[in-house]
Amino acid sequence: MIEARPGPPAAARAAVGEPRGTRRRPLRPAWLAAGVVAVVVAALAGLAFGPVGLPPGSVAAELLNLIPGVRIDSGLTEREIAILTQLRLPRVVLALLVGGMLALAGGCYQGVFRNPLADPHLLGVAAGAGLGVTAMITLGVGGGAGSGDVTTGLPLTIPLAAFVGALGAVVLTYLLGAAGGRDRTPATLILAGVAVSAFLAAGETYLLQRNADSIREVYAWLLGRLATAGWHDVLLVLPYAAVTAVVVLLHRRELDVLSVGDAEATSLGLHPRRSRYLLIAAASLGTAAAVSATGLIGFVGIIVPHTVRLLVGASYRAILPLSMLFGGAFLALTDLAARTVAAPAEIPIGVVTAFFGAPFFVLVLRTAKRVVL
Amino acid sequence: MSAVSVVSAVEVRDLRVELGGAPILDGVDLTVAPGEWVTVIGPNGAGKSTLLRAIGGLVTGIGSICLLGTPAAKLRRRDRARMVATVTQSPVVPPGMAVVDYVLLGRTPYIPPLGRESDADLAAVREVLDRLDLSGFADRELATLSGGERQRVFLARALAQGATVLLLDEPTSALDIGHQQEVLELVDQLRHDHGLTVLATMHDLSIAGEYADRMVLLADGRVAAAGHPREVLTEQLLARYYRARVRVVDGEHGPLVVPVRAAGTRVRSAPS
Repeated sequence: MIEARPGPPAAARAAVGEPRGTRRRPLRPAWLAAGVVAVVVAALAGLAFGPVGLPPGSVAAELLNLIPGVRIDSGLTEREIAILTQLRLPRVVLALLVGGMLALAGGCYQGVFRNPLADPHLLGVAAGAGLGVTAMITLGVGGGAGSGDVTTGLPLTIPLAAFVGALGAVVLTYLLGAAGGRDRTPATLILAGVAVSAFLAAGETYLLQRNADSIREVYAWLLGRLATAGWHDVLLVLPYAAVTAVVVLLHRRELDVLSVGDAEATSLGLHPRRSRYLLIAAASLGTAAAVSATGLIGFVGIIVPHTVRLLVGASYRAILPLSMLFGGAFLALTDLAARTVAAPAEIPIGVVTAFFGAPFFVLVLRTAKRVVL
Repeated sequence: MSAVSVVSAVEVRDLRVELGGAPILDGVDLTVAPGEWVTVIGPNGAGKSTLLRAIGGLVTGIGSICLLGTPAAKLRRRDRARMVATVTQSPVVPPGMAVVDYVLLGRTPYIPPLGRESDADLAAVREVLDRLDLSGFADRELATLSGGERQRVFLARALAQGATVLLLDEPTSALDIGHQQEVLELVDQLRHDHGLTVLATMHDLSIAGEYADRMVLLADGRVAAAGHPREVLTEQLLARYYRARVRVVDGEHGPLVVPVRAAGTRVRSAPS
């Protein structure tokens, strides 16, 4: 009835003035542009700085040279070009991918669970993925992974093992959190996640204890592997990241609808449970891909989506794509800090994200108390 | 046209709903004609909300529910959402969401699953906001509005859905008496202007009787009485099913129910 009726005449509309809000797009082009600029700047910084300084202009020229048919003289020596394309570029690209995935997954979990505290690590998803990988390495399933050296890259089955572990963990956390019944608060789910994480960590310790010969290999992986990142790792993560990004971003409007609760979403014609399962699976796949490439890097999924939310508002249609962009830029810059602050030594990147993330989490916790779910 | 008027807006036959093994509704029949306002009353736990939830497709039961002549079981969720809009008892207020974005959610059944809203959707939302005097609130955060304003926004979302059947579960339970009247007058006005059908549940019997064309009294999951408010709001029925002592007075728009304390029950303070 209302849909069929044409809007007020254009003249009348102009006379009363267009209500500002009704024409607003959730994702403003300016913010999208800002996200792209952030990614480019973070990438150039990550490529230019290091033990061997490379002028950003030359770096940009070399990047353009990667496009077939383009030939610009960047003024870099052959050795510098090798450093750029074989060492730094895969590392920066992997940081962008992993950061983007962790932030996207965090934003997605926050929407799906209607819980501002949800994050791949706090939900135990990352621990589950970690256990999946550890089990695969120690038990030597999947084509002799146990005998291989992690620095040469992991077998393709590793992300799948991580995915199985991640899904198992999130299901466990959700069931445990739901046991709180109607009295549960945002913190209940996170407490469940902490319990699940502890349980999975115990499983991990047990596995390592029983397979002491692979401890070195597992720890090298657990501490974050950006330092040894090669193109192999990028190719390993890329397909999973692409699937996650496509699925989550296509459903970003549904996350807005889900924010009014399952009953209302159903009466608006949605299948909330179906959407929720699909989105949980997608976010867990993204987390698993990130974890299997770089080990455990915490707090990205909390810091980035919440900062974006403060900047652009509560619509997931803006939060999700921007979280992916800013998450990538954030991790690329964090990685830069991790390898330059204490140079020539490297601080594990997870230590840097935790250093910023933990205080941030306290802030979110303080505001989340007022949210009634 | 005559064929349309014959088809009921809502037709429920022999509905049985169980939740966790316990029967909540048992053998409920209900017919709501197009353009009619029917209010379901009944004591706590009688199954009022469950009846509305079953018609809105939020719980499943045994029996038949027809919406505008189509069996509800055969309707896809999106199609049902275009026919029936529900305002639940206490809708979730998403933190940080602006009024206009909230009302825009009402257009969900018209937006392709993975698509975005069209200009027609935005125009519909603008019109609804104008109609309910909410244009000035469009950019305000929903959580910052008062109870009466929020209830108007919830109604706006339901109207934006373009459905002809409105299910209102306790639409006024959170409001003071002035705002209760304001919201119900608005619903009635919208019903006349847009030819809506209203099925509501309410606790306040006098107000319920003033606005309803017909009333249904549910007790223990069964229909105990149905008909004109004068036939349902009687001292005998209310005493029997609510265990309430009331006086029913004739009012201008329907019977007024006045609670009365039983004689001799007042505890007097001992004389000093």
